[in-house]
Amino acid sequence: MKLRTFLTALAATTLFLAMAVTAHAETTLNALFMSQAAYSEADVKAMTADFEAANPGLKVNLEFVPYEALHDKIIAAKGAGDRGYDVVLFDVVWPAEFAKRGFLVDVTDRISKEVEQQVFDGAWTTVSCNGQRYGMPWILDTKYMFYNKDMLRKAGFSNPPKTWKELAEQATAIKAKGIVEYPIVWSWSQSEAMICDYTTLVAAYGGKFFENGKPAFNKGGALDAVTYMAASLKDGLTNPSSREYLEEDVRRVFSNGEAAFAMNWTYMYNLANDPKESRVAGNVDVMPCPGVDGISTASGVNGSMGLGITSNSVHQDEAWKFITFLTSQPVQNRYARLSLPIWKSSYSDPEVVKGQEALVKAASQGIAVMTPRPLVPSYTELSNILQRYIHEALLGEATPADAMDKAAKRAARLR
Amino acid sequence: MIMESWRRKREVWVLLAPALAILAVVTFTPLLRTLWLSFTNAEITALDQAVEWVGFENYIWALTDPDFRDALWRTLYFTIMSVGLETVFGVAVAMLLNVEFKGRALVRTLIILPWAVPTIVNAMMWRLIFHPDYGSFNAALTQLGITESYRSWLGDPGIAMNMVILADVWKNYPLIAFVVLAALQTIPRELFDAARVEGAGAWHQFRSIIMPGIIGPLLVIVILRTIEAFRVFDIVYAMTRGGPADSTKTASFFVYQEYFAYLRSGSGASYAVLVAVISALMIAVYFNMIRRQNQGGY
Amino acid sequence: MHRSFLHTCCLYAAVLLIAVVTLAPLAWLVIMSVMSPRELLAVPLNWLPEHWDWSRYAQLLGMNGDIADNLFLHALRNSLIAASGSAFIALLTGIPAAYAFSRRNGPRAILFLMLATFMMPPITYILPLYTMFSGLGMLNSPFTLIAVYCTMVLPFATWLMKSNLDVLPVEVEHAAVVEGAGTLRTLWSVVLPMAKPALVATAMLSFLLAWDEFFYSLILNSDLRGKTLPVAIADFAAGRVTDYGLIAAVGVLASLPPTLLAVFFQKHLVHGLAAGGVKG
Repeated sequence: MKLRTFLTALAATTLFLAMAVTAHAETTLNALFMSQAAYSEADVKAMTADFEAANPGLKVNLEFVPYEALHDKIIAAKGAGDRGYDVVLFDVVWPAEFAKRGFLVDVTDRISKEVEQQVFDGAWTTVSCNGQRYGMPWILDTKYMFYNKDMLRKAGFSNPPKTWKELAEQATAIKAKGIVEYPIVWSWSQSEAMICDYTTLVAAYGGKFFENGKPAFNKGGALDAVTYMAASLKDGLTNPSSREYLEEDVRRVFSNGEAAFAMNWTYMYNLANDPKESRVAGNVDVMPCPGVDGISTASGVNGSMGLGITSNSVHQDEAWKFITFLTSQPVQNRYARLSLPIWKSSYSDPEVVKGQEALVKAASQGIAVMTPRPLVPSYTELSNILQRYIHEALLGEATPADAMDKAAKRAARLR
Repeated sequence: MIMESWRRKREVWVLLAPALAILAVVTFTPLLRTLWLSFTNAEITALDQAVEWVGFENYIWALTDPDFRDALWRTLYFTIMSVGLETVFGVAVAMLLNVEFKGRALVRTLIILPWAVPTIVNAMMWRLIFHPDYGSFNAALTQLGITESYRSWLGDPGIAMNMVILADVWKNYPLIAFVVLAALQTIPRELFDAARVEGAGAWHQFRSIIMPGIIGPLLVIVILRTIEAFRVFDIVYAMTRGGPADSTKTASFFVYQEYFAYLRSGSGASYAVLVAVISALMIAVYFNMIRRQNQGGY
Repeated sequence: MHRSFLHTCCLYAAVLLIAVVTLAPLAWLVIMSVMSPRELLAVPLNWLPEHWDWSRYAQLLGMNGDIADNLFLHALRNSLIAASGSAFIALLTGIPAAYAFSRRNGPRAILFLMLATFMMPPITYILPLYTMFSGLGMLNSPFTLIAVYCTMVLPFATWLMKSNLDVLPVEVEHAAVVEGAGTLRTLWSVVLPMAKPALVATAMLSFLLAWDEFFYSLILNSDLRGKTLPVAIADFAAGRVTDYGLIAAVGVLASLPPTLLAVFFQKHLVHGLAAGGVKG
């Protein structure tokens, strides 16, 4: 190749590619979702297509990222000006931080009294901070205990465990009979998913994260939770790979018939019962996470998520229209397979209940007991500290008590 | 004559101008701004908040942060181990491929392939290979009878970092091998023949003929690799995300976290500057070696 | 030269060992991309697929209009724009600069300053660059990446070109100057044709450097409009993809362009880099 031709070709390629970038004329909303748990990408795309059909001239660009990248993306979008997102999906643990920093638009005035009463109170806490609302709740979720009916029956149990202690006993029996090597599977990689499992146990054991503004996760129920987690690994009841897992790994292991118990979000129920996705379809049952004798009868973590408008959106009214559509009762009822509605009356709607009676029953108990993770503006940092030290305890690098003492000490250094 | 030298001086600047103009915008200005930020309490928000000058507070904070100190040691370990192993394997493979044998050209072409694999693809690939339940690494080890059952690799804090280093070495040793190979081919055969006549042993040949012949290119490529290794982020991000129990969280990860997770741009900048300073110190050591080598003092 | 039989055996054994260790992971990546999901989760693992299933490639390349196609093709386009654009600009501005350093005694201090900027970790630049481009409303664009990649590609290209020009003979240039050719003319019609191998090497290495980049792209882009392949792959693998084969297929496709470059321009690349070592 001649030098001149080479350089010309390079320049031409660059120019051509430059022109290939298209421009849009109509109002386009940019929306950020996640590709993990709850509604699937296909569901969100179908809902959006319905919205676009009902609103000519409005177009919505959808973007899906893993949960782990969601927070960073919302922050990064702040700097993107009008090329950023208009609508973002956000987690229950972020409104305090986002409100303090002004990332989300206060939409309190857009929500009617009527709507407020029709939606679960637990759902509203997802989008609230200091009495103001920063969006609409969309995914009402808590972690459930899924179990393989067949395996429990083979081990001689006719009822699922009521308490965490009983769960460990059943798991011991299942392991002893050689039904599966590791009866329980969780999402305990160094991530937010682990903190959700942990919070569930903290709630069950009646523990507290803070007492009088001081870290309290190194004592009482909060420490019992870590002790339970570490013990289940040590006794071989928990799949040791759990320490590398996220929710999707949990679903795969459980669906492959390699676990008797699995803790996961709502969305797993129908996927684990779908023969195309799962080898244990038909054997899957669900219940709220167990409790602890004398302290609780069931437990759960508030893992809900909301949809909000970013403060640099120039199409706030259109964005709200889209949010209202996605969170509306008819849409939520239609797509109730992977995520249950935020609306109270949906739970007696045959369209929603049909085919997932067990899930709806578990939900009505689970939603009532779901516990928030610490609601502090520096939550992300606190969560990282907890993740690191709980992981140390789970890996056997420190005793639960030592690890949590270190976590408490480190958390005192929070700014 | 004076006019002539002026003209030439001006011409140098004309030739340099386009490059310097671009660098002024994308590197010099940001560099100064990062320095300034590191002395302030700036944060990322959508609200107008006054930024205050805080002096060395951020630096004191960073240096008294035991987690950050751990991360620096971890990064140093990663750098020394991966660049060291890449150099040893690279030189060894280059010497092997410099020997004549059938199919040498083909092997030379095939060996370069790992280097062309993008870092992220490399990371994903090894993550799948090291998968605790379905990974081929476990499968190979058990089927060959080396281990009895599947085990965790990236989930074990004692070895996770070493597995990341393994992935990094696999991708980058071919580059070093090829640069050394090119240098080896410039060494005149007669030198080896003369050495053999004198009855010099293999080690002596290596020290007195091979080393002087390859040291120049080798040092340059090792510098490039050291720079890259000390700022390592992507391979860790894709393989372990800093886990398990922070055992692979490198210094770059800390800066990323401080800025994008905790939104403290001022403090994040001070972490960044510290990483840059340490990296510059290491480069200075290398430059010193190059200078000594150019003066014939190897 | 004669080698003993034992010596020959050892030699071939060593070569074989290196070839296998180096190529096995890549071969496995390709095999994963054509295995059925069920086979991939099998324990004990079978090392060859029952039948070769190429459907994932069709899906990625958008031949059946599936979900994944958007992400992949957009990312491919963005990667091509960012990598070829920044390589082009780096050559365009880096060559005159390299010439100034090599032949016109350009200030050493500036050369070292350029080298120093290349050596700084990207995190040093990312915070202000991010603020700057977001202020200009230029995030989420591959063209922003072209500018940003110049932070590393431009000093790298200048340095490499300078080292390569250093080893070229100067006599031909003197002849051109005597004939009254200006500096730019000499550069274009005398120096560059001579330095063609170095030029190709620099272009390729610059392209590869930008193609591989992850960190800037991760931070400066949040969606399809600017996301490059490495970031798309990372998203892909972290999201709701239970099929490892699909991740493997993305990896194979993303490795193809640089692999072809590396194999075809292998000699150029290596000599270009090795020449860089003659003088620091």
